[in-house]
Amino acid sequence: MRDRIDRRTFLRIAGLSLGAGALYRVGAFAGAEGQDAARALGRATGEAPAPFTFVQLSDPHVGFSGPPNPTGTQAFERAVAEINALPQRPDLVLFTGDLSHESEKPGEHAARMARFREIAGRLRVPAMHAVPGEHDAGLDGGALFRSFFGETSYSFDHKGVHFVALDNVSRAKPEVGPERRDWLRRDLARFPRTAPIVVFTHRPLFDLRPDWEWFTRDGDQVMALLEPFENVTVLYGHIHREDVHRAGHATHYAARSLIFAFPDPATTPEKKPIPFDPARPFRNLGLRRLDARREGGGGLAIAPTEVELTLRKLSGTEGFAQLLRPSSL
Amino acid sequence: MRPALFAAAVALPLLAAAPARAADPVTVTIVAKRFEFTPKEVRLKAGQPVRIVLRSEDVTHGFFQRELGIDAEATKETPAEITLTPAKPGRYVTICDHFCGSGHGNMKMTFVVE
Repeated sequence: MRDRIDRRTFLRIAGLSLGAGALYRVGAFAGAEGQDAARALGRATGEAPAPFTFVQLSDPHVGFSGPPNPTGTQAFERAVAEINALPQRPDLVLFTGDLSHESEKPGEHAARMARFREIAGRLRVPAMHAVPGEHDAGLDGGALFRSFFGETSYSFDHKGVHFVALDNVSRAKPEVGPERRDWLRRDLARFPRTAPIVVFTHRPLFDLRPDWEWFTRDGDQVMALLEPFENVTVLYGHIHREDVHRAGHATHYAARSLIFAFPDPATTPEKKPIPFDPARPFRNLGLRRLDARREGGGGLAIAPTEVELTLRKLSGTEGFAQLLRPSSL
Repeated sequence: MRPALFAAAVALPLLAAAPARAADPVTVTIVAKRFEFTPKEVRLKAGQPVRIVLRSEDVTHGFFQRELGIDAEATKETPAEITLTPAKPGRYVTICDHFCGSGHGNMKMTFVVE
């Protein structure tokens, strides 16, 4: 599928896939609203809106070892290889936290972070961006993460979309905190309300399941800052499973993990990883695609749709199993 | 200060203190240690004031339960103390919300209010 766009159209996050990674397509919708928005956005960013794709990867937990996944970094490495094989090279790869699994053995956590950087470095994409998860930054306030990747909260513009990396893990409690909220308020101030905004963070910015730690203490205050904007997408990890949540103008998408999956909290009392199955070693870590379609009211309707040919072999739970030779376990 | 306002200022603290005298707080001690709370379940009575003492045996641990208004943190050196009167029966899962290492994500206990 190719997206057509001209200067009178308005960007929308028009397609996405969720899985071990998530491939997003930013497309265009025309209309009077789009014309106004495109003009305003062009003034705000100095960059003409244009379609592009980007990928979200989450929770590889490099260094983790345990029964839920004895295969270590294999899912991560395979996801990198698949992204490199995409027919259309994504402009960006966003990592939504828990890049590494912490260790208190001297030097070990740094070694794991370096290993993450080495695998991620194989990605043949123009740019990568990351936010930390608590396993990266919870014990040292983000010092190690910053030594590798720089600031934990930042923003940038890309082809008419404003991206915000928001750290909600490196304070003592799981929150963004007043300083970063002030920064976010100032960061957003230059944009028109129609600007497409993508926030990527580790923990959900809403109360998904607080007793499983699936929340951010001041998530409601963060979302209040984003509430005036008409086109907000929040990408997060942490929960190791897919989830779509819509509230106001914002849609929140969780990506699967690259190490093990958590069950559906609606059907399971305890937060225990889904057990490893040697016959299907990458169960629930596979790629699949969802499409977002515009609704009558201007919002987006998310529905499963056909997987792109290049991703079909990785769809559902069977795809990765086909790629893993039993002898490599 | 006008007389009416002065009377209100004096009366309000007395009214607030009255329920506490009617039912003295019970004290519950909870021990936090990577990666569990002991005991795992505590039964309370609705309307009964309770004083919770949280002690840590190792690192800093959080103690968070939004509906009960619990938001505390204890270190090995400094216990936390919370006083509350649960109003509504139910099960209230309380978590450690200060990341304390692998296993932290399942560190929780439950207050059962009857």
